[in-house]
Amino acid sequence: MVDQPVRVLVGKVGLDGHDRGAKVVAQALRDAGMEVIYTGLRQTPEQIVEAALQEDVQVIGLSILSGAHMQLLPPVVEMLRDQDSSDIIVIVGGIIPREDIAYLKENGVAEVFTPGSTTEEIVSFINKKIEQNQ
Amino acid sequence: MSDQDKKGKLKQAKKEWQEKTAKLLEKRPERKNFRLDSDLELNRVYDPLDLEGFDYLEKLNWPGEYPFTRGIQPTMYRGRLWTMRQYAGFGSAEETNKRFRYLLDQGQTGLSVAFDLPTQIGYDSDHPLARGEVGKVGVAIDTLADMEILMENIPLDQVSTSMTINSPAAVLLAMYMAVAEKQGISMEKINGTIQNDILKEYVARGTYIFPPRESMRIIVDIFSYAVENIPTWNTISISGYHIREAGSTAVQEVAFTLSNAIAYVEAALKAGLEVDQFAPRLSFFFNSHSNFFEEVAKFRAARRIWAKLMKERFGTNNPRSQMLRFHTQTAGSTLTAQQPDVNIMRVAYQALSAVLGGTQSLHTNSRDEALALPSEHSVLLALRTQQVIGYEIGAVDTVDPLGGSYFIETITDHIEEEVMRYIERIDEMGGAVEAIEKGFIQKEIQASAYQYQKEVESEERVVVGVNKFQTSSEQPMDLLKMDPATSQRQVERIKEVRLSRDQGKVSEALQSLRNAAQSDDNLMPHILKAVKAYATLGEICGVLRDVFGEYQQQITL
Repeated sequence: MVDQPVRVLVGKVGLDGHDRGAKVVAQALRDAGMEVIYTGLRQTPEQIVEAALQEDVQVIGLSILSGAHMQLLPPVVEMLRDQDSSDIIVIVGGIIPREDIAYLKENGVAEVFTPGSTTEEIVSFINKKIEQNQ
Repeated sequence: MSDQDKKGKLKQAKKEWQEKTAKLLEKRPERKNFRLDSDLELNRVYDPLDLEGFDYLEKLNWPGEYPFTRGIQPTMYRGRLWTMRQYAGFGSAEETNKRFRYLLDQGQTGLSVAFDLPTQIGYDSDHPLARGEVGKVGVAIDTLADMEILMENIPLDQVSTSMTINSPAAVLLAMYMAVAEKQGISMEKINGTIQNDILKEYVARGTYIFPPRESMRIIVDIFSYAVENIPTWNTISISGYHIREAGSTAVQEVAFTLSNAIAYVEAALKAGLEVDQFAPRLSFFFNSHSNFFEEVAKFRAARRIWAKLMKERFGTNNPRSQMLRFHTQTAGSTLTAQQPDVNIMRVAYQALSAVLGGTQSLHTNSRDEALALPSEHSVLLALRTQQVIGYEIGAVDTVDPLGGSYFIETITDHIEEEVMRYIERIDEMGGAVEAIEKGFIQKEIQASAYQYQKEVESEERVVVGVNKFQTSSEQPMDLLKMDPATSQRQVERIKEVRLSRDQGKVSEALQSLRNAAQSDDNLMPHILKAVKAYATLGEICGVLRDVFGEYQQQITL
């Protein structure tokens, strides 16, 4: 179990096409030894949850820069809960205003990474969380 | 003294200086190796020996003369400043109309419309996939009724309007034409640009609908329609901006943009148009990033390469077909959420390099855009930045003031060579469409983006306030708040429009559009008819989705 690489789904929810951040993070997670599944653009919350369950991931990393995060992120967390999969860690990256971050974190998002965050911070956050969960 | 003697003397003097400097370096080494973003190691200093054999007429010539390196007009900003054009749009047509009129009152000289994502992807505001997105990154336009409100009390014969719209560009253009007609303005008097550049959507921006070949057909239809009907409209804005934002280098930005441009020219020629019928209406859109001199050189190199391509490859001697006219936006990806006021300085330098590079129009980003859509106050500061450059600092008083600089000319040549190397590689693959289908361009951009991020994280690349000079406490800013009721109101409005229109006319127009799409008929007149019957954007794009299919993204990682 110890040597199993962490499995992460990196996904773009909503309609925005800005995937630079998602791809850079995906690549960095891979370089850090994780297994990464990248969904591509324009995923609905339903598609994200389905893919996460199917791929049996421990972490979902969602990127969103369109401003639709308050409508599209809570459903992901809720559906995971409905499927008894609240142990999947949901992290988010994008342009998210401060007050929305507080709301999202109160509602099941583990962490929100805004512009200027380093890939190193994201990697170590995931590792720490996974350790706590075990 | 003969030229030969002068050169000998120069070389000798340089050698002596280098020896002296070498001694100094033993005691005081330089801070690091210096490179351009496009991976050229820079000399300590540039001198006449770097430009040996430099042919002024061939490489530069006077402004307004082939190959237009120094600018496309003889007088440049001495005659008229660039168009100050701030990209704006959010919420409803009413709110955006208000922002437009505010900007025009503040001395802005052109409009630039940002559409929300459902509009850009051809979905109506009540489509399930529009959830959460209506009015967010731009204004929601579902039908002609919205466009009428958007342009209310704005005389369309007196402003030029740029619309950032790609896959559904034909539909939004048709709506704009229909509003102009209602204002009683003849089609020769409307001015503006549609972005209409689908190829970069597949590699960098993501708002594609149809597969590449079908998309190219729509674009060529617009080109041919415009020749007869809207002769002064810029039918495409071939964009490097988003390629750069996605992480490319300056060289890649120009190379991929011009490769895309070549693909559009070839598609139009193949459809039977003459080059000089449409080439004068091609326009470009570039990014102005942080490496000041590299960016100036990039704009100059892009102009020269395009002129040469049009002359040598496509055989036109019409200067209007050879001139690369471009809009510039400062680099959004360089804005930081940390210490956002510092962004004002970044934007000012980036704007200045666009001006020194000879841009035709300019958008300056606002300081708060790494946090939210810009507030009115932030947008005003960004516009004032352009006005300071244009009116106060003397940067525009002579044409191409950096021309002839040993350094600028050396890196302009370097960028040209590197760009041509890429264009040749893409040609060998069969052109831009094939290179995109193979994922080549996507992979090149991704590699550069990752490299950039690693440089920031290793602190090899300093970002003030992010990896150096951080502060612990950040002052909160007044950010633009969106009205959450906008989306609901927009949904109600589209329902009202659907109820109040003549349904028979709509069905007939959509049927004739379907027939046209299935044949070789130009789509534009059919789209215009549907728009005037108040068919929705989603209905029109729905018909085309049926006939053309949808693009499935290539995942390259």
